[in-house]
Amino acid sequence: MYLLKNSVGRKIIMSVTGFTMLTFVIVHLVGNASIYDGPDGINTYAAALHHNSTFLLAVRLTLLGFCSLHVFFGTLLTLRNNAAKPQGYAVNKSLSATFASKNMIWTGLLVAVFIIYHLLHFTFQVTNPEISAFKHLDAKGRHDVFTMIVLSFRHLFIALAYVCGVGILGLHLSHGIQSSIQTVGLNSRKIFPFILKSGMILWIIIFLGFSSFPIAILTGIFK
Amino acid sequence: MNLTLYVWRQKGPDKPGRLEEYEAKGISPDMSFLEMLDVVNEGLIKKGEEPIAFDHDCREGICGTCSQVINGIPHGPQEKTTVCQLHMRHFRDGDAIYIEPFHAKAFPVIKDLIVDRSALDRVMQAGGFVSAHTGGAPDANAVLVPKSYANVAMDAAECIGCGACVAACPNGSAMLFTAAKVAHLANLPQGKVGAARRVCMMTDAMMNEGFGNCSNHYECQAVCPKGIRVQFIAKLNREFMKSQTTTRRD
Ligand code: HEM
Ligand code: FES
Repeated sequence: MYLLKNSVGRKIIMSVTGFTMLTFVIVHLVGNASIYDGPDGINTYAAALHHNSTFLLAVRLTLLGFCSLHVFFGTLLTLRNNAAKPQGYAVNKSLSATFASKNMIWTGLLVAVFIIYHLLHFTFQVTNPEISAFKHLDAKGRHDVFTMIVLSFRHLFIALAYVCGVGILGLHLSHGIQSSIQTVGLNSRKIFPFILKSGMILWIIIFLGFSSFPIAILTGIFK
Repeated sequence: MNLTLYVWRQKGPDKPGRLEEYEAKGISPDMSFLEMLDVVNEGLIKKGEEPIAFDHDCREGICGTCSQVINGIPHGPQEKTTVCQLHMRHFRDGDAIYIEPFHAKAFPVIKDLIVDRSALDRVMQAGGFVSAHTGGAPDANAVLVPKSYANVAMDAAECIGCGACVAACPNGSAMLFTAAKVAHLANLPQGKVGAARRVCMMTDAMMNEGFGNCSNHYECQAVCPKGIRVQFIAKLNREFMKSQTTTRRD
C-alpha cells in the first residue's frame, strides 16, 4: 500500500490513529466522570458498556489495531528521523521545538507502559485481585467498579502511577493535538493560533480531568 | 570589533572535522558576516594557512548559497536574513561566535563550511515540469489566475532553496522546501496538470535522498530567510491526500 511507504502517508496514519485514540480518551474521561455520581453512577455506566458486548469488542479491537499502527510507525519515523540527522550542533538552540515535541517517542512509550499497567489493573484486574470488581458485586448485583476504584486510589503508589501516567499522556498530547491537525492539512494562517490554543486547553482538561479521580480519592475529598 | 570565532574545519567529505579557534580583529560593524570571514581568510592566507572554505554567490540574499549555522541557528540570529545579509552590528565586541556547516545526512560536508545540497535539486527534479510559453510576452488574459491564488503562489515561490529548513530541523527533513515547491505550482493553473503525480514523486524523492519526516517542530519556519510558512506544509499534506483520491493518468 502506497500510503504506508510514503513519508506523508505514514504521518497521516500517525495523525488518524492518534486522533482516534484522543477521541476515545475524551469519551473515556466523560464516562469516568460518572464516578462523581456515586456507586450507582459508574456501576450503571460500566454495566451498560458490558451489556453491549459486540460494540465493546469492536471498540477494543479498533483501539488495539490503531495503537499498534501508531507505535509501529511512531518508532519507524523516529528511527528514520534520527538517521537523517546524525550530527547536532556545538551550540544547540531550539527556536520553536519544545520538550514535548522532541520527546514524542519517549512520552509515547511511557504512555504504552502506563496503558499496559492500566489494563492489568482495571480491565483484567490481576494486579490487585483482592479488590477486583469481578468478585465483588454491589447491592444491585452489578460489578462493583466504584469500590474497586476508590480502594485502589487510596493507595499512594497507585494514585501516583495514574497521575504520572496521565501527566505523560498530557505531555504527549500537548504536541500531538496540534501536530495531528497540521498533518491532515487543516491549518491556515487564520486558524493556526486557534488550533494551538484549543489544543492547549484540550490537553490541560484531559490531564486535570483524569488526575482529579486519584487526587480526590487519595486526599479523601471524595469517598 | 574583535571577535573569537570557533569554526568547523573539515578537510574533505569523509575526513573528521572539528571546531578551531580564530581571532577576528578590527572588524567593522558595517561589514557583512561573509566580509568578516573574508578578512579572517586574508589573515590566514598571509600566515600561509589554509583559508576557511565557505559557500557564497550573490551576496545579496537571493541565491541561497551561503549556508552556515551561526551560534546554533542556520543563517544566524537575525530573523528572515541570509548569512550574506547578516551584518556584524548584530554582534557585540568580544563575542564568541560558533560557525558550523548545515548538518544533515542528505547534506554531506564537502569541505569546512561547504555542504553538498544537490539533494534538494533532485527533489525538485522529481516534481517534473510545467509547460509555459516562452518567447514574446503572453496575452495577459490567456491564463486566468485569481489574484489571491497568485499571491499565495508568489509567497511560496520566494523559497530560494538554501536548505536552512533542513539544517534547523531536528529530523533533517526537507518538508518546508518540498512544500514550498509543491504549493507554488499547485496554486497555479499551469501546475494543476500533474499535481497529484508531483506531490507523490517529490515526497518519495525526499525520503529516498535521506531526508527525515516532518514532525511539526516548526523550527524550519523560524529560520527561513524568506519567511516560508508551515501552512505550506499543510497545503502539501492536503495535496497528498487529494492525490490518493484521484486517478492518476500519467
Ligand atoms: C492513548 C494513547 C496515545 C494517544 C492519544 C496518542 C496521540 C498522538 C497524537 C494525536 C499524535 C500526533 C500525530 C501527528 O503528529 O500527526 C501522536 C504522535 C506520536 N505518537 Fe502518540 N499517542 C498515544 C500513544 C502513543 C504510544 C504508545 C507511542 C509509542 C511509540 C506513541 C508515539 C508517538 C510518536 C513517536 C509520535 C510522533 C510522530 C511524528 O510526528 O513523527 N504514541 N500521538
Ligand atoms: S550568497 Fe546568495 S543568498 Fe547569501
